[in-house]
Amino acid sequence: MSDLSQSVTPSPTAKTAAPDESPKKTLNGAGEKIGAVTVASLRDEFPYFADENAVVYLDSASSAQKARVGLDAMNDLYRHHYANVHRGAYRLSAESTAAFENARRQIARFLDAENSREIIFTRGTTEAINLVAGSLGEQMSPGDEIIVSELEHHSNLVPWQLLAERRKLKLRFWKIDARARLALADLAPLLGARTRLLAMTHVSNAFGTITPAAEAAAMARDAGALVLIDGAQAVPHLSVSVRELGADFYAFSGHKLYAPSGIGALWGRGEVLETMPPWQGGGEMITEVSLARSLYQPPPARFEAGTPPIAEAVALGAVCEWLMTLPRELLRTRLHGIFARAHELLSATAGVEVYGAGVAESAPTFSFNIADAHPHDLATYLDSHGVAVRTGHHCAQPALAALGLEATARASFGLYNNTADAERLAETVAAAANFFKR
Amino acid sequence: MHDLADAELRQLYQESLLHHSRHPCNFGELTPPMREARGYNPLCGDKITVQLRETGDRLEAIAFSGSGCAISLASASLMTEAVKGMTRRETEELFAAFTALCLGAEQARATPLPARHEDLNIFAGVREYPMRVKCATLPWHTLRAVLEQRETATTE
Ligand SMILES: Cc1ncc(COP(=O)(O)O)c(C=O)c1O
Repeated sequence: MSDLSQSVTPSPTAKTAAPDESPKKTLNGAGEKIGAVTVASLRDEFPYFADENAVVYLDSASSAQKARVGLDAMNDLYRHHYANVHRGAYRLSAESTAAFENARRQIARFLDAENSREIIFTRGTTEAINLVAGSLGEQMSPGDEIIVSELEHHSNLVPWQLLAERRKLKLRFWKIDARARLALADLAPLLGARTRLLAMTHVSNAFGTITPAAEAAAMARDAGALVLIDGAQAVPHLSVSVRELGADFYAFSGHKLYAPSGIGALWGRGEVLETMPPWQGGGEMITEVSLARSLYQPPPARFEAGTPPIAEAVALGAVCEWLMTLPRELLRTRLHGIFARAHELLSATAGVEVYGAGVAESAPTFSFNIADAHPHDLATYLDSHGVAVRTGHHCAQPALAALGLEATARASFGLYNNTADAERLAETVAAAANFFKR
Repeated sequence: MHDLADAELRQLYQESLLHHSRHPCNFGELTPPMREARGYNPLCGDKITVQLRETGDRLEAIAFSGSGCAISLASASLMTEAVKGMTRRETEELFAAFTALCLGAEQARATPLPARHEDLNIFAGVREYPMRVKCATLPWHTLRAVLEQRETATTE
């Protein structure tokens, strides 16, 4: 058991970077080095791309392709260390539990949380937000107010609508501008004595906008409100420190972070979690149960009823650990360059309209349309040419409506993408514009 | 490589389909009295409203409005043209033949389109694109919803 953490942290195939190597500034060629990892070998860390039929995958914002370290960690756990967690008195269960709790610590480090007890495993972002709504929300009183931004994914809007209905709360909306940006000046007048919570995204899934989350959190906390940040689109691209952000909750999904689906996490500020009631009842979240009543565990166990997705959690921890070994700032600059290239090429293509705040204020995700075809038809064209993008309303109908849109095509980038992918996208969109030209 | 894929896509996006999507027939709203239903494809956000007025058992007038991809708009355009003046029974039969056409060659052979509705054959191309079948059938499901006095139809 003592060597267990070894077997579930990055597998030996994960190449780690020596931080003291000084790589070149432009990192787009396959042979170029990023520390000890080359761009080409980084792509090799994602087994999907070994498939000769692999598409030009530009839908990582929806769900990312999987990192080898996560798959290996999952496999290793299932083959050698698997049993239920927090239950058995036998060695195997202790191994499984240790791996699971190690993953919690890895995620805590990844988010720069003070304590791993602040990490609650959930199925993903949606469940994390519903947990806060279902627990904290039940302590709110009629007339209390929640501020929600207009940029939100439906999963950071609908739970608040449901809660508002249940508890007779008032929702107030922080509007976006024509380029899908949130201005702090528009937040100030919404904050008041009844504000209990600000719920906002860190990065927009539909447009890629990076929001002023830290500044907004400071304003909301000054007004006495709690702050929940949806980090689903942020964790793959930004180095997130929940301590620096100053929010009270931070939610994300593993599947957008190169880890398996079915697992994600909620970070909650320790002293806030302490005061929150359970939201689901079941095994594992209790200390003592009689027929009449039960005593609850402290966080995080209080919020983790039932058997969790153990292997998925271990895989997510391993991926977080692996990402921390990479030169993330360099990779971010590199990916931003690829994104900027795609953005620039498409912006310059006749018949293409690109939306959003522009590359400087965005994570590598953007929305666009072509003049003569609906985005769904465009996606079919791109798909036939081996390019996968998402089309539709991206579960952010209010954000699209604010820009006068019903649907867009969205390209989003991940660590495995390269400049050739950006160019293929632009080329194929131009060909589609031509194909559908009236 | 583009040329081959483009040629295959042309089987789906034939000129007449694109033409119908850009200049749809019966696009707009009827004046009352009429009945209507809304159809929605949650996958891509296509939204369509079908309105109709019956005289006895016959579809006297039909119109549609909404927004969507080329396939759903063209399908609505050709559908409204096809069913105008039909009885309910005839409409049901054509619904069955159209869905069969979109699903596969075998189904289409079992429930063929009547000769005078051969223009609907341009939708046979969606068979090769399973994600798009619902775009073609959404207007038809919506029409059926109006006939069955339901307010909404979805493709899910
Ligand atoms: C910003 C944002 N929030 C929430 C979600 C929901 O995540 P999940 O479906 O993994 O719960 C997504 C996923 O699309 C997202 O992009």
